[in-house]
Amino acid sequence: MPDPTRIVLTDDGPALVRGPVELDLPDGTRVRSDRAVTAVCLCRRSKRYPICDTAHRRKVRHEEDHG
Amino acid sequence: MSGPPLPAPRGPLSEAVVQALRGKPLPVVDVDGADPYGDDLQLALHCCYELHYRGFDGVDADLEWDPDLLRLRVELERVLLAALRADVEPSAAVDAEIEALLVEPVGPDLRGLSHHLKREGTLEQLREYVTHRSVYHLKEADPQAWAIPRIGGAAKAGLVTVEHDEYGSGRPERMHSTLFAEMMTELGLDAAYGAHVDRVPGETLAEVNLMSLCGLRRSLRGASVGQFALVELTSSPGSERLVRGMRRLGCGPAAIRFYDEHVEADAVHEQVVRRDVLAPLLAAEPDLAADVVFGIRAALFLGDRLQERLLGAWERGESSLLQPLPAAA
Repeated sequence: MPDPTRIVLTDDGPALVRGPVELDLPDGTRVRSDRAVTAVCLCRRSKRYPICDTAHRRKVRHEEDHG
Repeated sequence: MSGPPLPAPRGPLSEAVVQALRGKPLPVVDVDGADPYGDDLQLALHCCYELHYRGFDGVDADLEWDPDLLRLRVELERVLLAALRADVEPSAAVDAEIEALLVEPVGPDLRGLSHHLKREGTLEQLREYVTHRSVYHLKEADPQAWAIPRIGGAAKAGLVTVEHDEYGSGRPERMHSTLFAEMMTELGLDAAYGAHVDRVPGETLAEVNLMSLCGLRRSLRGASVGQFALVELTSSPGSERLVRGMRRLGCGPAAIRFYDEHVEADAVHEQVVRRDVLAPLLAAEPDLAADVVFGIRAALFLGDRLQERLLGAWERGESSLLQPLPAAA
């Protein structure tokens, strides 16, 4: 039997899936990711849904910033 | 040609290193009293480090292990490290440091290079920004590769996972350094390795020198991983802003692709760096915690100096480069 697919659910953000993956969306589109690890958006705030873009991060109004 | 041309010296330290690289005896120089972040010391260090990467055109490759040059390099590093240790607040609280980096500041008037380029930066400022960044991105992931043999176990496997992605996962056309070169070409910039060193100030060289310094010293492997973690944790939102700025400026697809790739790549690299690099590294070697934070804070400190150099020049209506860029084709 092949090794089971391991999906890591993070407490603060995406699910992490190893290997190339295909994600079938409800509207019938299929998104493919060839990365060694893919971060799948669970919060649905990503502008690149279903791929995580760090939109789950806590935001604070601020005057100074790096970058 | 087997490497970039030697840069033009900017003072006695870089003059001495360039002399030695031309095959002459290394002149005696006094490093004490040198400005640790100044152009002269930073260019001297840059030239020493490049011997470990691609070298210079016409320079004997075996000067990489010349004892006189190595002795001078260690003296320069001593000055830079002493300054950074004095300018950076020490801490061993890695978790708190990471938590703080994962909070995304929002607001209309945030000061930052990517905020400026997203909102109102000109195409010429974007071309300057890319020129500064080329010193690192044309060898993207190379300085961090030095850390691979210096750590073990799960942390090594995690670091290689991220590095593999940076190097295109086996596809040369997807290497981040290749994507960066294609962006430069589309922006009308010379994408040759080392082409812009004479144009960039010490602030730009210092950021990359910190990466090489920590990468090449096993005793600073914790700082190397910390510096790498900072890049991977903070670059995704900044890359998204640069994508928006480039769309606003009407840049072409090859230009946009580099930062577009980094929005997704660094969102997942953040997770891998935290879970598969930092956590196992600190479990195996808890004494490295203070150096991890030092790497993060030293990189933030040098990043802020570079940011102020660029924004300051632009606010005065000046170029942030030492020499102007040729006009875009």
